Amino acid sequence: MDMNFSKEHLMARQLFHDFAVNEVEPWAEQTDEEHRFPKEIVGKMQELGFMGVPFPKEIGGQGCDTLAYVLLVEELAKVCATTAVIVSAHTSLAADAIAQFGNETQKEQFLRPLAEGKKLGSFALTEAEAGTDASGLNTKAVRDGDSWVINGTKVFITNAGQADIYVIFAMTDKTAGTRGISAFIIEKGTPGFSFGLPEKKMGIRGSSTCELIFEDCRIPLENLLGREGKGFGIAMATLDGGRIGIAAQALGIAEGAFEKTITYVKERKQFKTPIAKFQNTQFVLAQMKTEIEAARFLVYDAALKKDSGKPYSVEAAMAKLKCSQVASDVTRECVQLHGGYGYIQAFQVERMMRDAKITEIYEGTSEVMKMVISGSLLR
Amino acid sequence: MNIIVCIKQVPDTKEVRIDPVKGTLIRQGVPSIMNPDDKAALEAALRIKDGMGAKVIALSMGPLQADAVLREAMAMGADEGILVSDPQFGGADTWATSATLAAAITKLEYDLVLAGRQAIDGDTAQVGPEIAEHLGIPHISYAKELRIEGDEVIVKRQFEDRYQLLSAKMPVLVTALSELNQPRYMTPRGIFEAYREKQVTHWQRNDIPVESENIGLKGSPTRVIETNPKVMKAPGTKIEEDVEKSVQYLIEKLKEKYIL
Repeated sequence: MDMNFSKEHLMARQLFHDFAVNEVEPWAEQTDEEHRFPKEIVGKMQELGFMGVPFPKEIGGQGCDTLAYVLLVEELAKVCATTAVIVSAHTSLAADAIAQFGNETQKEQFLRPLAEGKKLGSFALTEAEAGTDASGLNTKAVRDGDSWVINGTKVFITNAGQADIYVIFAMTDKTAGTRGISAFIIEKGTPGFSFGLPEKKMGIRGSSTCELIFEDCRIPLENLLGREGKGFGIAMATLDGGRIGIAAQALGIAEGAFEKTITYVKERKQFKTPIAKFQNTQFVLAQMKTEIEAARFLVYDAALKKDSGKPYSVEAAMAKLKCSQVASDVTRECVQLHGGYGYIQAFQVERMMRDAKITEIYEGTSEVMKMVISGSLLR
Repeated sequence: MNIIVCIKQVPDTKEVRIDPVKGTLIRQGVPSIMNPDDKAALEAALRIKDGMGAKVIALSMGPLQADAVLREAMAMGADEGILVSDPQFGGADTWATSATLAAAITKLEYDLVLAGRQAIDGDTAQVGPEIAEHLGIPHISYAKELRIEGDEVIVKRQFEDRYQLLSAKMPVLVTALSELNQPRYMTPRGIFEAYREKQVTHWQRNDIPVESENIGLKGSPTRVIETNPKVMKAPGTKIEEDVEKSVQYLIEKLKEKYIL
């Protein structure tokens, strides 16, 4: 598809593609199999500036844009959804929250090392009783002299344990519902801040997912991100951007499985004929390709809207809704076209099908996306 | 210290097929890349720059599309890109190409000229050494290792069965093997700067002090009469182990392919 990309975007896409194929794909199976966080790959991406793609050069970023960031996540997800989500949670959740809502001191102290790739970021909203309903947060932050004292537990946190800098959300006024939520920046190693055991997941198994546990964890007053009581808005605005990243991840997963399947159906013979010659195969491929291209338009459009400073919340929700559905549908069809070989590890589409499912759940479920989209229609 | 790196944009020969009737390369739809040996030469220059400081100028002759390899060179870390491009230079063989590039180089200050050993679309390995001859400077070809000591370049030169360790006083031209190094990746920032903040200098016929009888198709003594495809054989894998381990390896490979 010709999106009329600039030459710099085309060259960046080539760079991300080459890196994914040469440096990431050879480790994708092991990353999944061993539930192993790909530290070495993250290290290489940090050196090459991949962890700061959309941020200004003045703050240590690469001075590119959201579209370039989307191309990065997409290319990584084609070969390894785990690697893609590490970049996505770091960039469009943790670092972007600070880029959007941090003051100059916070940007210098926390965003710079994130954008320069010296530190890894994480974003923590979800709790055991607060998934879609953020007003159910039980983590509390209480002002005590020159500190905030945090108590509570976050669950299902991406990059937990591996990240150095965490943007977390806690109740500063439990009686005020979502208006009582505030955002904070906390560094790993702060006394009273520890991690639970890693979750055993269906997919994206190399990404680190565990609890954040705060027990009388004291942080300086100046680590409040944005204004007190404005945390809910910060979380929602940040998640709008995060959804573009997850949409790109989902798109990449679908494309990766599709490419593997094209190769497979040309080689696999049944009834003395490559199965690509059967009309069922052709029609399934045609439908999948059409869905992938439709999904692609939505995610690139959301990225371009964000880059041009236009509202993009609804576009991001539509992109995530569509791309994640496409990822799940396409990977399932790809397994089906592989037959028995699709159900075993060696052909990779099995992993991709497991990886796809989470894109319909995290950073807002598909149901939440529908709430966002319909909410904009019926105002 | 100034280093000039000669770079050619070539079709990715992994993707090229040969027209079975005409015997010519089918270039349509084939992606263009930086010639791999040239990329090693560029990496060598960038490592010198990283180590002791240097200005690295990437120089290419070719059609206007070759702009892309110079942007790529700048995205990897080259300071400048110069494209020598003019319809009058078209159809050049190695003589005309080297005469033109050498004339372009005389307009620049340089201590070291680096080039790839050969281009994957021509495989002559002539242009680098010919440039040195036109410039009247020494050259060392087939560099597998390269370092600078004082005003000298020290090169480990690779032959099929042996190495030579050579040194030459700068200015000197060295041609690089792909084995010289593992070229770095571009950075996203480098790419955006190469397109948005930097320029590729464009030199046309009148900018290059070269005689007309030495340029383009007319200045090229070589004619390609015919090109024929060879039957391609997939590269093999050589296992140097004892019998036991070799057999074990073979069995595993066959199982991997579901043959056993």
